Amino acid sequence: MLQTPTSDQTTSRRLDPDAPPVLQLTGLRTEFQLEDGVVTAVDGVDLTIRRGETLAVVGESGCGKSVMARSILQLVDRPGRIVGGQVWVPRPASTEVERARGRSRRRRRRRETPAETTVAPEGMVGLIGADPAIIRAVRGKRIAMVFQEPMTSLSAVHRVGDQITEAIQLHAPMPKDVARERAIDLLRRVGIAAPEKRVDAYPFELSGGMRQRVMIAMALSCDPELLIADEPTTALDVTTQAQILELLASLRDERGMAIMLITHDLGVAAQLADSVAVMYLGNVVERGDLAEIFRSPRHPYTRALLRSIPKLGQGRDIRLAPVRGMVPHPFARPSGCPFHDRCDSFQPGRCDTAPPPLIRDDQGHEVRCVLYEEDK
Amino acid sequence: MGKYTLRRIGLMVITLVAISFVTFWIIQLPPGDYVSTLVAQAESRGQVITPEQMAALRVRYGLDDPFLVQYWNWISNIVFHGDFGQSFAYNRPVSTLIWDRVALSFFLSVSTLLFVWAVAFPVGIYSAVKQYSPGDYIATFFGFVGMAIPEFLLALVFLWLGVRYFDQSAGGLFSPEYVDAAWNLGKVLDLASHLWLPILIIGISGTAGLIRVTRANLLDELYKPYVITARAKGLSEWKLLVKYPVRMSLSPFFSTVGWLLPGLISGETIISIVLSLPTTGPLLFGGVLSQDMYLVGSFILILSALTVVGTLLSDLALAWWDPRIRRRYQES
Repeated sequence: MLQTPTSDQTTSRRLDPDAPPVLQLTGLRTEFQLEDGVVTAVDGVDLTIRRGETLAVVGESGCGKSVMARSILQLVDRPGRIVGGQVWVPRPASTEVERARGRSRRRRRRRETPAETTVAPEGMVGLIGADPAIIRAVRGKRIAMVFQEPMTSLSAVHRVGDQITEAIQLHAPMPKDVARERAIDLLRRVGIAAPEKRVDAYPFELSGGMRQRVMIAMALSCDPELLIADEPTTALDVTTQAQILELLASLRDERGMAIMLITHDLGVAAQLADSVAVMYLGNVVERGDLAEIFRSPRHPYTRALLRSIPKLGQGRDIRLAPVRGMVPHPFARPSGCPFHDRCDSFQPGRCDTAPPPLIRDDQGHEVRCVLYEEDK
Repeated sequence: MGKYTLRRIGLMVITLVAISFVTFWIIQLPPGDYVSTLVAQAESRGQVITPEQMAALRVRYGLDDPFLVQYWNWISNIVFHGDFGQSFAYNRPVSTLIWDRVALSFFLSVSTLLFVWAVAFPVGIYSAVKQYSPGDYIATFFGFVGMAIPEFLLALVFLWLGVRYFDQSAGGLFSPEYVDAAWNLGKVLDLASHLWLPILIIGISGTAGLIRVTRANLLDELYKPYVITARAKGLSEWKLLVKYPVRMSLSPFFSTVGWLLPGLISGETIISIVLSLPTTGPLLFGGVLSQDMYLVGSFILILSALTVVGTLLSDLALAWWDPRIRRRYQES
């Protein structure tokens, strides 16, 4: 279970840059209205993931990456609220939407659709403000999620098999025994030994790694186009972590699904991802090809992050360089570029006055920083 | 599981022995005994009981025997003959006295329980799901008011309202014209028209409490990660709510459901006295006042036994409901 094979694979993977997007975020904003004020956890995120692409979203704790991931399927609990932007996904087939609607017999009143300022990209539908049936048709079927804490993310009082078959039967009506067979197949596929027996186990009878495999099996049960993995390996030990990443990589290659990998661990990102989006205080500050970002990081924050990782063969007396300063208090968000107070290249009067522009080079490497404005 | 149940039953028997002993001891603690109550009553009527008569009564009731002998006589009759002893005051077997009143107590408790559940669960769930909505505030307001108002006060207020505005007879189970009548439709309707009031009064504080408990339990569960997982599968909100957080939030409920068992026959003493309902409650109260020791002792013993049995049933119900508990039992 060495980590090398995956990284080799990453470099050899060929991505079609013109593949249709499976997810497109435009200006997504999520706020938490707390008693002491409003925290903008996600502040205008634009991101696109294409079919088969693996995008790692990296950043320190509290940078909004998890909230961003949850906002996609509108899973943000109160007091969080999506206040702007749109989440575009390929329009689900009307039969799927009708099936989702049929599940709630009572018709819900439609939420008011926000005035659509942007025209929908072709074949896509905006999830924010959409009919709940459309959202439910996308959840689990088109976009599935794996969460960080496999213990608390599974219901402790339901057998794992039942939790998987529930997901299967929701989106593809079939007899219970057929669904159960599929659940066993899925468990086998994610590397659980004796799946015929484990299918009847309760989550507390499984180890952390096995639970996460169950979560992955559940997420895969409806063959999603996009798997959002929110810190899938954070709660696991290093060996199990490597196995889970390996599993995700092989499932991805086998099914051609896209993955959005949320992680604070650049090492994890490096093992799995094709491209990287670096987030800082709710903004994507840099996005580009994985190799490109590791080779020539542009944003001062990305550089600082990469400097803070220990390297093999580094002299033992060389001190690690942590990112200077602290993540600012959420209520005291710096004006202009949110990173300016920790930045080594801070330019007074420029960085602290207006949000930095988005600079995009020919390779599609994007960065939000005034340093590159001159190049254009 | 079977082994666990057996061990629990064994412990239960030991507990009951201890309880019976303590019960019997406590009802003998106050100074005086049933004979002194008799003497006091006689004196208040201007009669005199001579010391010889008193001694004769004491011998007849075995009141001068050593404590352990009295206890043994009492408990061995219960265990071997199902005989709970004789009530001094009523001069009838305790079991007959209690049985006479159990039916009504039982009926009242069960109807109250159904009323409480039917109101409190939906309101509590609504209150949690729509936390801080106007509906939640209304439910919370009534919840606190219902818990804060003493039941007897409510009973008095309702009695007054009934007499003043609805021309109903105060308290009791029947209107005067039906009290001695044979059972017919009119009498049943009359009974129903009287019973809703105690059900409502007894139910209000229970409902208020259960609304708060349901709300708190459910709020603990509503934002747990497994709920988000289920939502991410594409479940509709209603199905999701019932299958995951509501189910989870019922565990504390199951862990206390067995305590309802003694409540079924304890017969809401205060309300029954205020509303003059012939349940078991006033019987016990009267027995305590007149130091009718076999009546009180046996009654408390029955309540204790039901409490202990109820606790066991609760634990078994919880094991049936929650696999984590089941596993813990199997391991122990």
